[in-house]
Amino acid sequence: MADWIENFQNRFYLNFIKDDRWQYITRGLWTTIQITVFAVLLGIAIGFLVAVIRSTHDKTGKMVIPNFICRVYLTVIRGTPVVVQLLIIYFGIFASVNIGKMIVAVIAFGINSGAYVAEIVRSGIMSIDKGQFEAGRSLGFNYVQTMVHIIMPQAFKNVLPALGNELIVLLKETSVSGYIAMEDLTKGGDIIRSRTYDAMMPLLAVALIYLVIVMLLEFAVGKLERRLRNSDH
Amino acid sequence: MTTDTLISVRGLTKKFDGMATHALNGVSADIHKGEVVFVIGPSGSGKSTFLRCLNLLEEPTSGTILFEGADITDKKTDINLHRRKMGMVFQQFNLFPHMSIMKNLTIAPMKLLKLSREEAEQTARELLARVGLSDRADAYPNQLSGGQKQRIAIVRALCMKPDVMLFDEPTSALDPEMVGEVLTVMRELAEENMTMVVVTHEMAFAKEVATRVIFMDNGSIVEENTPKELFENPQSDRLKSFLAKII
Repeated sequence: MADWIENFQNRFYLNFIKDDRWQYITRGLWTTIQITVFAVLLGIAIGFLVAVIRSTHDKTGKMVIPNFICRVYLTVIRGTPVVVQLLIIYFGIFASVNIGKMIVAVIAFGINSGAYVAEIVRSGIMSIDKGQFEAGRSLGFNYVQTMVHIIMPQAFKNVLPALGNELIVLLKETSVSGYIAMEDLTKGGDIIRSRTYDAMMPLLAVALIYLVIVMLLEFAVGKLERRLRNSDH
Repeated sequence: MTTDTLISVRGLTKKFDGMATHALNGVSADIHKGEVVFVIGPSGSGKSTFLRCLNLLEEPTSGTILFEGADITDKKTDINLHRRKMGMVFQQFNLFPHMSIMKNLTIAPMKLLKLSREEAEQTARELLARVGLSDRADAYPNQLSGGQKQRIAIVRALCMKPDVMLFDEPTSALDPEMVGEVLTVMRELAEENMTMVVVTHEMAFAKEVATRVIFMDNGSIVEENTPKELFENPQSDRLKSFLAKII
């Protein structure tokens, strides 16, 4: 037992303390959080826009061309791996442009997440009884006002669990940022592994950090969900 | 069109996509200020479609509807402005479940009529008191019974100070013991000379409250008359057989 503890202490020292290697983890974590937060915001913006266009088309038959563009977007993004999209955007689209890797990553993950958010939000809009829409319109609200005041708040509440899930998925998907040489959390752990030739310790630490963040997110989403639900019993 | 005509419908037709027959076949009717017009008829006769065309919740296939002199079927007309003056009550209530009753009642007056919160709540409270639901202002729709929900739905429409109220089978989704409380509110409205168009299956109520009854069948108006005449002295065979079945 004592051997084991001493062994653990030595490996811990080697992987995290020596040469300040813990900074690979903390810097990586910070990068991961930044990518995730901005990509989520971009994804939600794109997702809501696409969802509104798609459901407006479904309801009214208008916006044929925007709807077509949205469908192409959804098919392409959901039909290809996020790593490939990231590589195409970094080495292809922005190859000749001097642009920060962080921005590239946010754009790539944001565009990717937007496709999933769009379908989640659209399912939320479609789940609202059409009587709600008619009640809004009959009072004199126009289409946009009805969406903003009556449909969206209810749709958002209905899809909150699915949106929380998408947030978790996105957080973990940013772990492929290393493909464009970004030092995110995963890459940070991997760098330590390549220095110390110890795989388990740094990678388990990385896994544990992801797990803790996901648990915190689940807790926060659950709390928000309960709060919203309290308002309509 | 006389000066007291509120809604004037001419040659209204409606054909739903994928349906072989027309839901409405050239319906013409006038609704005058202060009238309480009941529209009756068998299921599928087009009476609900007719009502829903009046505020363009259904877009007519052809025909014109003049509301307070404005042609609302004209694409250039801003229907949203006219809908503010046409209150509508639905079979399924359609209260907004994510808002308190007070918010349900005040959101449209505040956002559309630009009333202050105080003004809007003042109106809402007065109307709530009239339907006997003052104590439910802070409740949420799902905490109310069907009859209470429908009374709130009527109040929600009234908060916009409409010139006409459209009722689309307002008691059809209610348990029998709750029908009375909703009819009482409607009766009071009628007594205050609110212009009303009511689609219903409540024949006894129609007989009592209506100033005029329209009988529809197969998308057309078959007969219209005062309730006394229409129910006691039906002219057409279709109305006779309809009345024979329901009474």
